[in-house]
Amino acid sequence: MFRFALGRLLQAIPVLLVVITMTFMLVHSAPGGPFSADKAVPAEVLEALEAQYNLDQPLWQQYISYLGDVVQGDMGPSFKYPGRSVNELIYSGLGTTAELGFYAMLVAIFIGVIAGVTASMRPNTMQDYVPMTAAMIGICMPSFLLGPLLVLVFGIHLEWLPVSGWNQIPGDKILPAITLGTGYAAYIARLSRGGMLEVLSQDYIRTARAKGLSEFLIIGKHALRGGLIPVVAFLGPAFAGLLGGSFVVETIYQIPGLGRFYVQAAFNRDYTMILGTTVFFATLIILFNLLSDMLAVWLNPKLRQQVRGEG
Amino acid sequence: MNSNSIDATAEKGTSLWEDAWIKLRKNRLALIGLGLLIFLCVVSLLTPWIAPYGYEEQDLLMGATPPSAEHWLGTDIFGRDMLTRIMWGGRVSLMVGFIATAVALAIGVIYGAVAGYVGGRVDAVMMRLVDILYALPFMIFIILLMVVFGRNLLLLFFAIGAVEWLTMARIVRGQVMSLRKQEFVEAAHSLGLSQWIIIHRHIIPNTLGPVIVYTTLTIPSVMLLEAFLSFLGLGIQPPQSSWGLLINYGVETMEEYPWLLIFPGIALSLTLFALNFLGDGLRDALDPRTAKD
Amino acid sequence: MAALLDVKNLKVHFHTRNGLVKAVDDVSFSVNPGETLAIVGESGSGKSVTCYSLLDLLPKPPAKIEGGTAMFDGEDLLTCNKDRMRHFRGNDIAMIFQDPMTSLNPNLTVGEQLIEPLIYHPDKERRQDRATAKLRAIELLNEVGIVDSERRFDSYPHEFSGGMRQRVMIAMALINEPRLLICDEPTTALDVTIQAQILELIKKLQQSRDVAVIFISHDLGVVAGIADKILVMCNGVAMESGTTDNIFYKTKDDYTKRLLSAIPEGAKTMKNRAQAGSPLVEAKNIRTWFKDFSGSKTITVKAVDDMSLTIKRGEILGLVGESGSGKSTLGRSILQLVPTQEGTVTFDGTDLTSLSPKQMVPWRRRMQMIFQDPYASLNPRMTVFETLAEPLLYHGIANKHNVTEQVQALMDDVGLARAHMRKYPHEFSGGQRQRIAIGRAIATKPELIIADEPVSALDVTIQAQILDLILNLVERHNLTMMFISHDLSVVRYISDRVMVMHHGVLVEQGNTETLWAKPKKAYTKNLLKAIPLADPKSERTRLSN
Repeated sequence: MFRFALGRLLQAIPVLLVVITMTFMLVHSAPGGPFSADKAVPAEVLEALEAQYNLDQPLWQQYISYLGDVVQGDMGPSFKYPGRSVNELIYSGLGTTAELGFYAMLVAIFIGVIAGVTASMRPNTMQDYVPMTAAMIGICMPSFLLGPLLVLVFGIHLEWLPVSGWNQIPGDKILPAITLGTGYAAYIARLSRGGMLEVLSQDYIRTARAKGLSEFLIIGKHALRGGLIPVVAFLGPAFAGLLGGSFVVETIYQIPGLGRFYVQAAFNRDYTMILGTTVFFATLIILFNLLSDMLAVWLNPKLRQQVRGEG
Repeated sequence: MNSNSIDATAEKGTSLWEDAWIKLRKNRLALIGLGLLIFLCVVSLLTPWIAPYGYEEQDLLMGATPPSAEHWLGTDIFGRDMLTRIMWGGRVSLMVGFIATAVALAIGVIYGAVAGYVGGRVDAVMMRLVDILYALPFMIFIILLMVVFGRNLLLLFFAIGAVEWLTMARIVRGQVMSLRKQEFVEAAHSLGLSQWIIIHRHIIPNTLGPVIVYTTLTIPSVMLLEAFLSFLGLGIQPPQSSWGLLINYGVETMEEYPWLLIFPGIALSLTLFALNFLGDGLRDALDPRTAKD
Repeated sequence: MAALLDVKNLKVHFHTRNGLVKAVDDVSFSVNPGETLAIVGESGSGKSVTCYSLLDLLPKPPAKIEGGTAMFDGEDLLTCNKDRMRHFRGNDIAMIFQDPMTSLNPNLTVGEQLIEPLIYHPDKERRQDRATAKLRAIELLNEVGIVDSERRFDSYPHEFSGGMRQRVMIAMALINEPRLLICDEPTTALDVTIQAQILELIKKLQQSRDVAVIFISHDLGVVAGIADKILVMCNGVAMESGTTDNIFYKTKDDYTKRLLSAIPEGAKTMKNRAQAGSPLVEAKNIRTWFKDFSGSKTITVKAVDDMSLTIKRGEILGLVGESGSGKSTLGRSILQLVPTQEGTVTFDGTDLTSLSPKQMVPWRRRMQMIFQDPYASLNPRMTVFETLAEPLLYHGIANKHNVTEQVQALMDDVGLARAHMRKYPHEFSGGQRQRIAIGRAIATKPELIIADEPVSALDVTIQAQILDLILNLVERHNLTMMFISHDLSVVRYISDRVMVMHHGVLVEQGNTETLWAKPKKAYTKNLLKAIPLADPKSERTRLSN
C-alpha cells in the first residue's frame, strides 16, 4: 500500500508541474501583461514584485525562479494586499474553509448514504420514491439558489438562524454547511442507491440469504461494502467540487474563507494570489483524489492484493 | 418447414429504438420533461417575436413591482419586465447548455471511439491522459480563463466543453471496447466487411444509446456550470443575461423583492428537472437490461 | 418412512409487465431422509423456481406463491414467517448454487463466509464463538478436499479456481449439518473433469451424512449416477416422476423420451466424408500470443503455442478442450480474425498470413464462422433480412432485385419462417437466433466453416435440432467444418476426426471412434472418463469406484 501511495504521489508531480506551468503561462499571457496594472499599484508592491519575479528578465527565467519558490513553499507576495504574502492569506482562510468543507461533507455523506441505502432496500415503493425525489430536487437546486432561499426562509422570514458570518453567533455554521452539502448529499444518495441495487442483485447476496443471515447482516456486512464503492470513488471529485462550491457559499454567507479570497482575487486581478491559490487548490485536489483512490483499492480485496503484489 | 410458403408478407418486427420509445412513453416524468424541454426551446427560439416587452425597455418611475396583470412575473428595480428578461436569459442559458455540450460531445466521442477501437497501448496511453486530466482543478482553470481573457461567451463554450468531454470519452471508449469484442462485430470481420461498414453499421448504432443518455445528462451540468460562473460574476456579463446572472441580481435585492430571485430560480430548476428526468427516463428505456422480455 | 419434505400442488406465478407467467403450475413431490431427488428440465421449466420458493428466495414481486404446501418436518415452509424461515435457511435446509464465481462474496474472506452460519445462528444457544467455528470450518474444508485449509481459511474467493470455490460452497452448506441439501445446477459452470470430481464429492458427503439432496439439472446424464428419484419438468408442469431406473429404462412420457433421445451419445456409424486430394486448410506451427495491457505490467498470454493441423476437404474436424485451452483462439487464428505471431495458415494453396487485410477480403467469402452465444453474435439493431442480406450484397452474390428471394431461400435452408424476415434478434428464442447466425455463415456459400461451441448455450432438445441442421447443411452444401466444443459427447456425435487441446498445445488427434476406444494420452483418458453417461447402471458403478 505504501509503495502504491508513493507511486501515485510520484505520478502526481508531473501533473502538478503541468498545473503550475499552465497557470503561470495563462496569467502571464493576460492581455497587457500580468503586472502592468490597470489600477494604481503602490510603488512598494511593484518593487517587491519586480524583485520577486525579475520582470525585466525573459519569461522562462521568471518561470524557473517562480517554480523554485513554489517548491520551497513560497507563493510570493500578494499583489493586492501590500506587505502580506500569499502564504499568509491562504493560511488565514484555510481553517475556515476546511471546517466548512468538513461539515458539508458530513452532511453529504450522512444524509446521502442513509437516503440511498433506504431507497435501495425497497425499490419502486414509497420508501424509494420519497428519498429519490428529494435527491432530484437537491440536484436541480444548485447551492447559489438554495443558499439565498434558505436565508430568505430560515433567516429573514422565520428568523431562526443567523444568515451571515462564521463562528460568531451560535448556529451560524448550520445554513452554510447545509447549503454546501445538499447537492452532494443528493448525488451520493443516487450513487449509493445505484451501487446498492447492483450489489443486492448479485448471487452472493442470495447465498447470504440462503445461509439464514438476518437482513441487517446482509445489508450491513455483505452489501454495503461493495455498494458504497461508487460513493468512495466519488469522494475525490466531490472534494474538488466542494472547493468550487465554497466560492459561492462563502460569498453568500460572507465567510472569511479561502473561497471568498479566491473570488475577490479574481475580481481584483490579484495575479499572484490567483496563481498561488490555484497551485494550492490543485495540490489539495490531487491529494484527495489519491486518498479516494487508495480507499477504493483498500475496499476491494482483489485490487488490494495486486497492489501488495507490486509493492 | 416453410419452404413451400410462397407468401412473403412478412410480419413487422419491433426494433430496439421502437422498443425504447414504447418504454419511454410509459414513463410519465420523462414525458413531462421532454414536453417542458420542447416548450422551452420553442419559447427561446421565438423570444424576439413573442416577448411581451422589449429587452432593454425600462420604466424607472415604476421600479420593482410584484407580479401583476401587465407584468406576469413582476418587474425589476429598473422597471424591466421579468418575464421578458427570463426569456432572454433562457436563450443564453440554453444556448450555452447545447453548444458547450456539443463541443464536449464532439471531442469525447471521437477521442473515446479512437481509444476504444484502436485499443492496446494507444488506448492505455489515451486513457491515462484522461485520468490525469480528471485530477486537474478545471473549475479553477475556467475562472482563471475568464479572469485573464475577459468574459467571452465563445471562450466559455469551449472552456466548459473542454471540461465535460472527459466522462463522455470514458463512456464511449468503454462502449466501443465491449462492442469490439462482441461476436457480431467479429462476425462482420469474418464476412470481410470493410472497417467503414463495420464502424457505421455495427458499432455506431449500438453506441448511440448511452451517448444520447449521457448527452441529455451533460446539458444540465453544463448549464449549472454556466449559472455558477455567472452567479459569481465571472460568466455571462451585461448587457447579455442568463439565468445565473438574474439569480445573482435577485440575491442582492431578495429581502425587498423576493420574486426577482424566485422566478429565475424556478426557471433554472425546472429546466434542470426536465433534463434530468428525461435523461433518467432515457437511461431506463435504452438500458438493454430492462428489455421487454 | 415419513417424508422429510413433502411438496403438494405448488403454484408459483410471476406477475410481469407482459402478463402472468405460471412458472410452477401444480407440482408435487416428496423427499425422504437420505434420499436424492433430481429435478430435471430445460430452461424455463420452473425447476429452480420450485426450489427457491421453498426457502423464500424468489424476488417478490414479481413472484407470488399462489398455492400449495411444502411440509418440512411437520411445518409448512410456504406460510411460515420470516423469523421462522431463518431457522430453516442454512440450518435445516442448505443450498448450493450454479455459478461458484459469483456466489461467494468477493469482499469477504472465504473463512469469514464459512463461519457465518455458526456465529450468527438464529438460535442463540446454538451460536458458536469464532475460534470454535474456525476449527469446525477448517475441518470441513479438509473434508471437501481443500489442501492447506488452515492457510486458505483467510484467502479471498478470487484466489480459488471455479472447482475449488464450489467445494467451499459445499462446505459452507454443510457447516450446520443440514438435513436437506438443495443443489441448483452445481456443476453446469464447470469443466467436465471438475464436474466429475464435484459430483463424486456430493455423492460421498451425502452418503456419509445421510442427508437428503434435491439436485437440479438440465442434464439427465449428470443425475443418472446420483439420483434415486427423478422429476422431469417442462414449462412449469411436472411431466413425469419415478425412480431413476424407471425414468431411464421404462420411460412413459413423450417429453422425457425426447429429452433422452436428444442426448448425443454413443458411437455412430462412420461416414467417410473426407475427400482425397490436397487438404483445404493446412496450418503449421501457429503461435497466437496476446499481450494484456490492463494491469500495471504487460502480461503475455500464450493462447495457442506451436499448433499444426490439417483439415481435409469435406470432413468435420472436432476440436475439444476445457476452458482456457486455446481452442477458440485456434479457430480464430485459422480465419485470421486474430493476428498470429508465427506460423503459416494455408487455405486452398495460399498462405493467408502473408495477405494484407485488403487482399484477405475475397478469401473471407470462402470461410465463415458460427459463434457460441446466439445473443451476442447478431447485431441487435438489424432485422433478419438486414443481417442476411449484408453478406449477399457486399460480396455481390445478390443484387437489389433478387436479394429478397435469396434471403428467403437462406431462411428456408436453416428452417426459419419467411414471415419473420422483418423481425429483430431480440424477438427470437436462442435456437432461432442460432439458425439466423448459421444462415449468415452459409450466405456467402463458403467452403470452410468454423463453428465455435455453436450449441453450448442451447437447451438439450434445441441442441439436437441445431446439430442435425448443421450435419444436414454440411452434406447438402459440401462444407468442410471445424467444430469446436468443450462437450465431448457433442463432438463425438458430429465429427469424423478429433483433436484434443490443452493449455494451447495439441494433446492428441485421431479418428473419432479410434480415439474414444483407445486414447493414448493420460489427459485424454481422464477427459473421456469424466463424461457423465445417461445410463444409471454404468454411472453408479463409475461413481462408487
